[in-house]
Amino acid sequence: MHENRSLTGRLLVLAAAMFGFGFALVPLYDVFCEITGFGGRTNATAAVVEEAPDLTREIRIEFMTTVNSYAPFELSSDVSSMTVNPGKMYFATFTGKNLSGENKIAVARPSVAPPAASEHFVKIECFCFESQEFAAGEERAMPLQFIVDPELPDYVDTITLGYTFYDTARAAANNPL
Amino acid sequence: MIRKSFLSLMGLLATGAAQADWALNMPRGVTELSAETYDLHMMVFWWCVAIGIVVFGVMIISLIKHRKSKGATPATFTHSMTAEIVWTAIPVVILLIMAVPAAETMVKLEDSRDPDISIVVTAYQWKWHYKYQDEDIAFYSSLARPSMDARRKQSGVDPNAVDNYLLDVDRPVVVPKGAKVRLLLTSNDVVHSWWVPDLAIKKDAVPGIVNETWFRAEETGTYRGQCAELCGKDHGYMPIVVEVVEPDAYQAWVDTRKNGDVAVANAAK
Amino acid sequence: MSSTVADALDHEHDDHGPTKGIGRWLFSTNHKDIGTMYLIFSLTMFFIGGAMAMVIRSELAVPGLQFVHPEFFNSMTTMHALIMVFGAVMPAFVGLANWMIPLMIGAPDMALPRMNNWSFWILPVAFGILLSTLLMPGGAPASGWTMYPPLVLQTGDAFPFLIFSVHLMGISSIMGAINVIVTIINMRAPDMSLLKMPMFVWMWLITAYLLIAVMPVLAGAVTMLLTDQFFGTSFFLAAGGGDPVMFQHIFWFFGHPEVYIMILPAFGVVSEIIPTFSRKKLFGHDSMVYAGSSIAFLSFIVWAHHMFTVGMPLTGQMFFMFATMLIAVPTGVKVFNWVATMWRGAMTFETPMLFSLGFVFLFTIGGFSGLMLAIAPADIQYHDTYFVVAHFHYVLVPGSVFAIMAGAYYWLPKWTGHMYNETLGKAHFWLSTIFVNLTFFPMHFLGLAGMPRRIPDYSTQFADFNTIASIGAFGFGLSQLIFVWIVVTAWRGEKATDRVWEGSHGLEWTVPSPAPWHTFTTPPKARIAQEAFE
Repeated sequence: MHENRSLTGRLLVLAAAMFGFGFALVPLYDVFCEITGFGGRTNATAAVVEEAPDLTREIRIEFMTTVNSYAPFELSSDVSSMTVNPGKMYFATFTGKNLSGENKIAVARPSVAPPAASEHFVKIECFCFESQEFAAGEERAMPLQFIVDPELPDYVDTITLGYTFYDTARAAANNPL
Repeated sequence: MIRKSFLSLMGLLATGAAQADWALNMPRGVTELSAETYDLHMMVFWWCVAIGIVVFGVMIISLIKHRKSKGATPATFTHSMTAEIVWTAIPVVILLIMAVPAAETMVKLEDSRDPDISIVVTAYQWKWHYKYQDEDIAFYSSLARPSMDARRKQSGVDPNAVDNYLLDVDRPVVVPKGAKVRLLLTSNDVVHSWWVPDLAIKKDAVPGIVNETWFRAEETGTYRGQCAELCGKDHGYMPIVVEVVEPDAYQAWVDTRKNGDVAVANAAK
Repeated sequence: MSSTVADALDHEHDDHGPTKGIGRWLFSTNHKDIGTMYLIFSLTMFFIGGAMAMVIRSELAVPGLQFVHPEFFNSMTTMHALIMVFGAVMPAFVGLANWMIPLMIGAPDMALPRMNNWSFWILPVAFGILLSTLLMPGGAPASGWTMYPPLVLQTGDAFPFLIFSVHLMGISSIMGAINVIVTIINMRAPDMSLLKMPMFVWMWLITAYLLIAVMPVLAGAVTMLLTDQFFGTSFFLAAGGGDPVMFQHIFWFFGHPEVYIMILPAFGVVSEIIPTFSRKKLFGHDSMVYAGSSIAFLSFIVWAHHMFTVGMPLTGQMFFMFATMLIAVPTGVKVFNWVATMWRGAMTFETPMLFSLGFVFLFTIGGFSGLMLAIAPADIQYHDTYFVVAHFHYVLVPGSVFAIMAGAYYWLPKWTGHMYNETLGKAHFWLSTIFVNLTFFPMHFLGLAGMPRRIPDYSTQFADFNTIASIGAFGFGLSQLIFVWIVVTAWRGEKATDRVWEGSHGLEWTVPSPAPWHTFTTPPKARIAQEAFE
């Protein structure tokens, strides 16, 4: 009987640990994504990088903006694409506009394709790091400062940076869509 | 109603053999990679057939010869190291033979360099939105009207009377032959998946994430596909139609679309 | 307190028969009674899930929408899967484990009889809740059994009930698995070493560890869905910085081992039956154990092969493709060992053997399509089509379900003390085999020709094979009624001997038929019993 109880206890601990492991997968997944570029994940906080321009190589950066259909915003990039050298700092500007008659807070969700590029697209300054408050009808420019890591694999010559604008109120109200 | 279904069911059985559009196999498709995918599929298939013949062959011989009613007496062997090493090693070798070409194709699939055209595909419940990155062309593409009418429950419309039932859209994607078309996929709501079998492309459209894939169609024609990831009640009703045309026809289409959009905009003013 | 426990224990070890009336079942701590309840519950769920399959196949018999609305169709596919996976296949194997593991290892009962009672009685509650969602506003869950967000969050009032019932199923499975492990580890006959254990016991031991490892992960994943929906978290919501794809990773981290949870006990059952009717020992007993363990290990590192289209870096695709292909090796070893067991045996073909042979043939076909699916570039074409539907039904219906049927026929005389009707059993086998192929084989063609799964209506070029599949499905469904008839009338057949089958081997055949309510109250000498049969 005693043996049964102790083995049962150990197995219950194992089950509880695996339940915890399910949740631990969340941060593990973040780490995994940042290492492998899985899910188009890019850095979510400002990075500090030294410039080391590689003038022999040109990479095309394309910007893609989407607005969730429930978010009363417009989002556009001022240029649709730019050609950059790896290791050199660049600036881009995006324009967001609140189409509604009330104050709104937007969040921009960034994503990079192809997955092999996402860890090499480094954002120094980005409007996606923080949520963006817009007064009713306000239109304003938002900055992006980035650098492409020279370690970018050879088989990538175009990087697409996509932003999706969401209305945080919708998100907080747990109505994701 | 039941009688009607039953009759149409019997009718189908009767005419089934006469119908020419029985597809048994994966389409070879119209891109280099779709052909490679098809070849991979066939290679693995034939390996499976070969292994099947050997394994089932031995089993059937055993089933025929080693039965008690034939007076068989059971042998007493219970293991054989040699046999077990052999049937562990041989599959490993076969797997390696399969893995090499599969890996090669996979590398090519991921190589999206030098695209000629980029199209942003945004999935909605339950339609597709296409935006040509460099052409200022954007439109929604939904299930075509005739299918829309026939798909209603007990609509009274015979699906067989509708051309390309459930596989036709109001506005198809048009791309030039021979051009490398890069698709950037995302979704507005739930996960969808953009799939055209003849192009051997299937990629999920995930909200908040940009996915990338590409194809280069080598033959003109109309290629049809469907959403491949369950996305709610009308998942079965958001087809994809890609029209591959000659480059000059594509240019003409681009021009009319742009002019058309201008005309629409002017009319609105 | 302790004295009452001791009294209760004393009472359990009493040689009196079961208590009368409903109490025998409600409060049962007897492994045979609980096993019987599991099996009956599983059969009931098999028919409920089967009825849903009939709704699906009716709608798909011809093009056009005839009977149900698309949303209800999606509910049917979702509920069919949840019920068949968690309600029919898994409880059937737990039922077989309850009945047979103590008999096979010479234990008087399961190690934790009260927990055993709980783990069973949670199940009817869980499935009562799940089935009740059919009547709720917004309908039953319709997001597929994979419950991918954000779609699953669009479920109506049924959503929290779906999550709760999945939690209950998980708790039941985990308790069942703990019970199996403790029983096997602690309660074997003194002279039965681990490697001497029967193959069914071995495969269940591996399965039970898999269950404990992954059911909690599923519980975690659905808990996150729940908090995303109701408590403002954003695990899977892009708007709040979460990632919908992460759910797919966590789900399939559970989901792929789950696949083996449903097939390893099946391997165990046929590994018992084929030697019996070949009158020859199982070939390569130890390598079977190692193969089963390797399959279990590999199941943890292949999950993303369910997600090749989700947008994965090349290295990830490569890894998951190679790892998945590797599974073919230990699975192949199993099949080869079964064939080697038959080779130069003296076979007879009673119903359990027929179902086992059907299993080996048709599961192997499912294995072949599995190998094809492992090839990542080809999988991009197969993914989410009827080819996948054909694949997993081949490994689950003529795979797991045939093995369950084989086990039921094999041990039915031991359970009831009477032989079932062999002619009807054979008819059941042949009809099942013909119709299962008629149902699922054409689905390969449908998938290759481009028909996606989970659609209520389809283009007319898919009509013919769908009609054939629907006819097959109805035939298969009706054939299963023969099984019910056989079981119900089994108590009228001729008396079974203790050994039942000429070639049977193992401790379970040393007890009388029917097995008395209490067996092995004193531990048997396993080796002596084994040798008696040789």
